[in-house]
Amino acid sequence: MRYRIRLALAALVAGFVLTNGAALAASAENGKIAYVKHGCWQCHGFVGQGSLVTSGGTVIGPSRLSFEAFASFTRNTNRTMPPYREAILPNADLADIYAYLQSMPKPPDPNSIPLLK
Amino acid sequence: MARERSKSKIDRRSFLTGVAVAGAAGTATTIMPQGAAASATTAAPIDQAARPSALPPTAKMAAAEAGTPQEIKRESGKPGSDFMVDVIKTLDIKYLPCNAASSFRALHESLIDYGGNKSPEFLTCMHEESAVGMAHGYFKIVGKPLLTLCHGTVGLQHAAMAIYNAWCDRVPVLVVGGNDLDAAHRPPGVPTFHSAQDINALVRDFTKWDDTPVSAQHFAQSFVRMYKIAMTPPYGPVMMSLDAGLQQEPIRQHGEKLYIPRYVPSSPPQGDSGAVKEAARLLANAERPVIVVDRAARTPNGIKLLVELAEALQAPVVDQGGRLNFPKTHYLSRPPSVIGQADVIIGMELSDFWGVVNGFIDNGDHGLGFNESKIKPGTKLISISSVELITKANYQDFQRFQVVDVSMPADAEATLPALIEAVKAAIPNDRKAAIAKRGEAIRKAYTDGRANVKRNAAIAWDASPISTARLVMETWAQIKDLDWSLVASEGNVSFWPSRLWPMEKHHHWLGRSGGYGVGYGAPASVGAALANRDLGRFSVSIQSDGDLMYAPGVLWTAAKHKIPLLAIMHNNRGYHQEVMHVQRLANFRDRVVNVGNDLSPIGTSIENPDIEYHKLAESMGWWAKGPIKDPALLAPAIKEAVAVVKSGQPALLNVWTQPR
Repeated sequence: MRYRIRLALAALVAGFVLTNGAALAASAENGKIAYVKHGCWQCHGFVGQGSLVTSGGTVIGPSRLSFEAFASFTRNTNRTMPPYREAILPNADLADIYAYLQSMPKPPDPNSIPLLK
Repeated sequence: MARERSKSKIDRRSFLTGVAVAGAAGTATTIMPQGAAASATTAAPIDQAARPSALPPTAKMAAAEAGTPQEIKRESGKPGSDFMVDVIKTLDIKYLPCNAASSFRALHESLIDYGGNKSPEFLTCMHEESAVGMAHGYFKIVGKPLLTLCHGTVGLQHAAMAIYNAWCDRVPVLVVGGNDLDAAHRPPGVPTFHSAQDINALVRDFTKWDDTPVSAQHFAQSFVRMYKIAMTPPYGPVMMSLDAGLQQEPIRQHGEKLYIPRYVPSSPPQGDSGAVKEAARLLANAERPVIVVDRAARTPNGIKLLVELAEALQAPVVDQGGRLNFPKTHYLSRPPSVIGQADVIIGMELSDFWGVVNGFIDNGDHGLGFNESKIKPGTKLISISSVELITKANYQDFQRFQVVDVSMPADAEATLPALIEAVKAAIPNDRKAAIAKRGEAIRKAYTDGRANVKRNAAIAWDASPISTARLVMETWAQIKDLDWSLVASEGNVSFWPSRLWPMEKHHHWLGRSGGYGVGYGAPASVGAALANRDLGRFSVSIQSDGDLMYAPGVLWTAAKHKIPLLAIMHNNRGYHQEVMHVQRLANFRDRVVNVGNDLSPIGTSIENPDIEYHKLAESMGWWAKGPIKDPALLAPAIKEAVAVVKSGQPALLNVWTQPR
């Protein structure tokens, strides 16, 4: 419960700060570079596809979260993913990464891939 | 066993000493100026300025070189190592993966000459870890152990990691280490540095048994005994220290007639009948029973038994993958998430029951991690595990202590027939309809789960580096019509094979290393492929980059002995588990991780330069191609490689992949 309260408060603060600043000026092109530079690819793959082993199967390309929730989670996660605080991931880079992830096309229908039919 | 002095004038030690002296003399001769040798034999005084840089031979040495040697009288009688071969042959051990060493030269010679290099056939290995790894993989196909020989010190140190993997994976391997035990007669030089008082001590903590026989008869008893112990569930590696003198010298029977004990297999330990009945009562009356298995199916029959139990209960089965325990195509095959819904859980041959019912989150206020239960309060736990019978103190291949309600220190597969019978008898008639209904719900969940897996596999389908899902499915497309066997790797490609391939037979998936000792994949694949070759079966491995570089010489062994294997490389160019660990710690400490000139934290990447695994394999006699980075090029390359493997050769494709 303590973690949940803290997470919720952090989400509010992060959401206020980020939605009114960096997120508005985000660049998907810069985000692609930042995504690799900050090691997001390590667990989420180079295109955010994730892995059952390293991201619990969570897909972030594109993310289903709003930017506010995405930012809050990234800054404060107390689960399998380690937190990326501002000291190591500037707000601008975080916003760019989100823009990069949201720029990705939706995954193909598996029925359109003969090997997955 | 002390080496007995030979009665002949020239025994082994004086022969070796002579070789050493002659060698020294020979060396001296080669560096002497022309004509110096002739003058030296006369021992004539020579001018100080013209003195040779090496001492001239003495008259005795010169006479030994130039004179006619006396006839050497060898001791008569059958060499001890020939009798050892007689013993070994009674156990029908087909292969001997081995890196040659002087401390077992006598047994080596007997095996290939006296024994005709058959049962066992010597397989030349380039590292002891590879030899044990091959034996590990071989067993998991045919259920029969292999023998390996190694230097008792340096060779055994090389072999130790692979022995530990076999121990954790409950696989029998017969390890014999040569040792010059008698310090009073130990040859100088290399044998001295390769001898020890008790070589078995090095691996005693992770072998089931060890011995040091001191006579030929003792060897016969110990060898059959070690085979029997290794092959009694729970299986495990065993060790023998074998004195070089005992191998080399003629048999001294001390008035006894030597005999070879007959091997009679021991029956595996079965669960106590009262405990079986109580487990059946709990399972039969459960609302949501769950079966969790790791190495429960020791044999193909184990799969049939588990299906029978699961269907009787209409209970989901979570296969942790230590072996192929349960068909992936069966609707009762379910992911670990079902554990949280259970009211009764039966775990069979689990290494870590605590880890099944608890979660560890590597995070928290201080980055030290925290635990949380995965199950509801009051969930009843039943354990059948033979591992309890061989737990040791030092190497702790178990996790935290888990309290269970019914504990059976017994072999799961051997206990299953009694448990199935008891469960069927314990199911009340008025519960049968509810149990059938439970099965229907699980069937629907299975169908939905399959669709979800395919949706996830489609993501990044056209990405470069190539997605692991695509790597796995392009491979599948080329082998699906063959009698195939996935001989190694899985988890590091996000479990795609077990999620997407229709694994049903015991040989479709062999499980992992056991001890998570990196370097298992390549040798175990070659060993399993050897077994599959003899069965006319096609072997494929998903080969990790870091794993291959531990001891890549096993590639040469595969080519040398014509072992067909398709190795599809999952080349993510790093020790990826460690990549994430270091990143995690840097995050906890609010530090930007130092990647140097690479993508990954310093010390974790395998790039700059990139290893050309295809060239490495080619240099050792494999057909190979790569690096393949474009997913569109993957299918034709695999097709070509499959044709090569079907012709009897090993083939490797170096594929650049996504991290996981």
